[in-house]
Amino acid sequence: MIHLERRRAASRFWTLAVPVVAVLATMLAGAGLFAALGKPPAEALRMIFWDPLLGPNAEYFRGQLLVKAGPLILIACGLAVGFRAGIWNIGAEGQYIVGALSGAAVALALWPAESPLIFPTMVLAGALGGWAWAMIPAFLKTRFGTSEILVSLMLVYVAQNLLAYMAFGPMKNPQGFGFPGSRNLQQYPSAHNAELIAGSGLHWGVVAALLAVIGTHLLMSRHLLGFRIRVAGEAPRAARFAGVSPARLIRFCLGLSGALAGVAGMFEVAGPSGQITDSFNANYGFTAIIVAFLGRLNPWGILAAGLLMALTYIGGDLAQLMLGLPAAAIQAFQGMLLFFLLAFDLLTQYRIRWKGART
Amino acid sequence: MSRAVPPLLRLSGLSKSYPGVRANDDISFDIAPGEVHALLGENGAGKSTLVKMIYGLVAPDAGRMELSGAPFAPPEPRAARAAGVGMVFQHFSLFEALNVAENVALGMDDAPPMRQLARAIREVSETYGLPLDPNRTVGDLSAGERQRVEIIRCLLAGPRLLIMDEPTSVLTPQEVNILFKTLRQLSAEGTAILYISHKLEEIRSLCDTATILRGGKVVGTTDPRARTARELAEMMVGAELRSPARPATAPGPALLEARALSLAPGTAFGPALKGVGFTLHEGEVLGIGGVAGNGQEELLATLSGERPSGPGTLWLGGQDISGLGPNERRALGILGAPEERLGHAAAPDLSLTENALLTGTVRRPLVRRGFIDRRAARAFAEEVIRDFDVRTPGPEVAARALSGGNLQKFVIGREVLQAPRVLVVNQPTWGVDAAAAAAIRQALLDLTGQGAGVIVISQDLEELMEIADRFCALNDGRLSAPRPMAGLTLDEIGLMLGGAHGMHPPDAGPDTGRDTGPDAGPHGLGAASRGAR
Amino acid sequence: MTLGGIDLIALTATLMVSSTPVLLAALGELVVEKSGVLNLGVEGMMIMGAIGGFAAAVMTGSPAVGFAAGALAGMGMALLFGVITQILLANQVATGLALTLFGLGLSALFGKGFEGIRPPQTARIDFGGLADLPVLGPILFSHDWVVYFSLFAVGAVGLFLSRSRAGLILRAVGENHDAAHALGYRVVAVRLAALAFGGAMAGLGGAYLSLVRVPQWTEGMTAGAGWIALAIVVFAGWRAGGVLLGAYLFGGVTALQLRLQAAEYAIPVQLLSMAPYLITIIVLVAISALHARGRQAAPAALGRSFHASR
Repeated sequence: MIHLERRRAASRFWTLAVPVVAVLATMLAGAGLFAALGKPPAEALRMIFWDPLLGPNAEYFRGQLLVKAGPLILIACGLAVGFRAGIWNIGAEGQYIVGALSGAAVALALWPAESPLIFPTMVLAGALGGWAWAMIPAFLKTRFGTSEILVSLMLVYVAQNLLAYMAFGPMKNPQGFGFPGSRNLQQYPSAHNAELIAGSGLHWGVVAALLAVIGTHLLMSRHLLGFRIRVAGEAPRAARFAGVSPARLIRFCLGLSGALAGVAGMFEVAGPSGQITDSFNANYGFTAIIVAFLGRLNPWGILAAGLLMALTYIGGDLAQLMLGLPAAAIQAFQGMLLFFLLAFDLLTQYRIRWKGART
Repeated sequence: MSRAVPPLLRLSGLSKSYPGVRANDDISFDIAPGEVHALLGENGAGKSTLVKMIYGLVAPDAGRMELSGAPFAPPEPRAARAAGVGMVFQHFSLFEALNVAENVALGMDDAPPMRQLARAIREVSETYGLPLDPNRTVGDLSAGERQRVEIIRCLLAGPRLLIMDEPTSVLTPQEVNILFKTLRQLSAEGTAILYISHKLEEIRSLCDTATILRGGKVVGTTDPRARTARELAEMMVGAELRSPARPATAPGPALLEARALSLAPGTAFGPALKGVGFTLHEGEVLGIGGVAGNGQEELLATLSGERPSGPGTLWLGGQDISGLGPNERRALGILGAPEERLGHAAAPDLSLTENALLTGTVRRPLVRRGFIDRRAARAFAEEVIRDFDVRTPGPEVAARALSGGNLQKFVIGREVLQAPRVLVVNQPTWGVDAAAAAAIRQALLDLTGQGAGVIVISQDLEELMEIADRFCALNDGRLSAPRPMAGLTLDEIGLMLGGAHGMHPPDAGPDTGRDTGPDAGPHGLGAASRGAR
Repeated sequence: MTLGGIDLIALTATLMVSSTPVLLAALGELVVEKSGVLNLGVEGMMIMGAIGGFAAAVMTGSPAVGFAAGALAGMGMALLFGVITQILLANQVATGLALTLFGLGLSALFGKGFEGIRPPQTARIDFGGLADLPVLGPILFSHDWVVYFSLFAVGAVGLFLSRSRAGLILRAVGENHDAAHALGYRVVAVRLAALAFGGAMAGLGGAYLSLVRVPQWTEGMTAGAGWIALAIVVFAGWRAGGVLLGAYLFGGVTALQLRLQAAEYAIPVQLLSMAPYLITIIVLVAISALHARGRQAAPAALGRSFHASR
């Protein structure tokens, strides 16, 4: 019979090995899934994990990699800080939308004026929008003790409806021949979040993501506040004893993750996406949850996980095009990855022993 | 007890190992029907493991048990209960949100319908003098009443052997008397009792036989009435222990003062603090006794600043500090060490270095402009480890990897080395081996020698008698008026713990009235046991 | 009886139908949470029930087979959650999220071939002349069996939890798993059983959504119903009767909102569609503000992993 024995300290080896094992296990299970769908499993895996990087036409895909990974990393960094403290913001998708709406609102209000101040103002507005949206669950949690999980999630649906309302109503392009959606910001130089190096996919949002990784690293491993966040997650009572105010921590963590998600949304609407439409959001806010866990809530891990997850998005598109693999297969694939990760995580805290008798 | 009676339970060669520990090693002894048999030993001597094997919670690695001559190897508690073995746990296995009858029903294998069960509970509780209302929610009951739930749960099954694990640790001396009366009645009716304790006088007054465990082995089986408490203590500890040396200092001026301090309950079933008042002087140990769950945690939380009280209720040398948080109080020199080591005083999965950072950043230069100075933190942790003889491979080991005693030394050392003006500790030596306990008490006394004031909240009266200058009791969130420890009799303490408070104005002189006599009673913590420490 | 262009009797009847999916899912989650497990994957289990039930009903032509398949699909998802959280001891919040994300993806994958199809119709129960009674007829005697089953389940779950011994053991496990273990109860087995029930109920609710309520299959069609079921359990104070009230309140808001859209008031559709989610938030806040003063009604061991050490 299998028997679990708690380790005296978390295993360093398994902390690093678990994500790798989980990715391999997901590849195996994914191969099974693809085979069940009647697609050649080896080819599908190659298309998802290899071709976008090193296959034919990889030039084009490599740029896409940064475009997709940028928002994922940016959002996941903020989420990871909260998750470390045991504060579950699962409404990043909503904060992403509201950040994009706020940023776009600034641009659309100022159109067609040109000024170098417009873009920074949009960044600020995006951050503020996401922050404000996240402060709703934060306020309700600290004031009334309402679950931040449920409130932040409900607000995603509210934000989605708000987005649709804006796309069909106030933000609709007056010169858009009746089509829903806002003006395209890519055609508005002062507001356009253009590629910094042509063809690289590198835009300001990617730079912000890298800064977020470094900032999160400094916060979590060097700063006293990061230390307190970790204590709050591991032992809430010990944190209070150490003088950490739970309410302040909730406001900080939700506010930070909201602002980062909002900024991500703003960079997206001003850059790769270009306009507010009712289908502007692409589930980055939810996928970032997987990225945060896959990266072990560690900023450098998130950097790697974000790139990997972006790869599955691009590879998924490619497999959709070439093999007719349904788009949803990639979503299931990503969910599976999180499952395997959580399941194998047991190995970091427990040792598995075989035992003859009952315990 | 006559040896002619065949034993009810016979243990032969029972052994059980856990990784790194031999919890029980070749344990053998007998229990006769109707015998009150003590299992005596220090924390970690293997008492709990042994009774868990008898109750079917743990399977022995080797050895055998016989119940009334038949082989007995319960695979689970249900089987043990069916065979007539009942157990009252030290940490009650009760469900706070459920009522008494539901709790009792859960402990029975074929519970009758609720109405019938409620009647049976009333009957048993009257027969054995343990009043209990079956419809009350367990969360609202006192510790003594909760224990009654457990006992009645066992009694309804008509056990032949009743195991009691440290039953008196949560009771006032008066409640102990009631319990002992019940146990003697049961014994007279033929029920054997296996009584686990480390309290020597209790065992001498109640038990027919005592088996003494040390380091997982039986070191002797004896008639406790024929031995002095000192002899028993030496068998239990295996060495003679020094009493702490107390620096002779007269209490100085007032330091910390609580005035009519009240605090709402922190949890659904927790107690509130009601109008607590005391004055702590420089150079004194103020002992606060009381049965668990009467507001000890709340008192520590409000003194440490975790849960600040209303304005004007707490003063430090003329400054109102009631509204300050934990770190502002640390800056003023008020430090604390909560009861719960893992999860409150220390974070289990963080290293000792990080745990040193937990409370050390205010009074020690461990942080520069918000950024942690790892090297300084590590040096501070190493200092605590060295000065307080914490046994650990190093400061990077996780807190939960340390034994209870070593972690407690680390926690107390971390605060003591920050040179507090006021130190508040709750249960400083709970679950700690005797040598570490002595070291901790000594460190607390040394602090008072340097002019600090120390508040020791403890359920261990022996400990308070040993180190406190003045004593007050916490009962249902109310604090009695402090009285000088010297000259206080155990019955007086018992009355204070039982809630006979408010008879003296705050800080009145010694003994302004009640004199209930010097009799130490059966639960006694007489001179002999104190001398052995 | 009309008010502002809205027929109140028809509204009440629709309310019962539109509440049924969340009512079923919330009842299941109530039992799960009473056993001390927080399964945030209700949304994932519901959507798997929706596609599983839909696919089975379309392929066999029998709605009954569809409902059974939906329940099984939900149960399978719940047991996956159970293995990962109860045996492999993973964090329940994270695993619940994973279950939702996985369920949304997998259901979309399975549902590829089923879009735009109409499922076989689930018949209403024929009460004869009773259905023609004024007011009571359309409200009480005009529904399919699942609506009546959901009402029966409210009573059954309520009685099970408060009166039966198995229910007592389940509550005990949810209050204090260490104590329950010490008394010899199998904590993990009890919780897995509760999870299986919760999954089946969520799956049934999902199947009702795709087979009766909509009735067709679209990707992500649960649209947060699973999360609302979770909120209803909190709103209900962990009591079966409260779940019924909460589900009908939510169903009422949804039905009213749809009627208002149909009545062509000058309110943008998107703003009306926010209403159920906003109301859920407001109700949650009201409840938590109430409970902040009194006793917490949540099971004490909710969301905590159990590992029998020593």
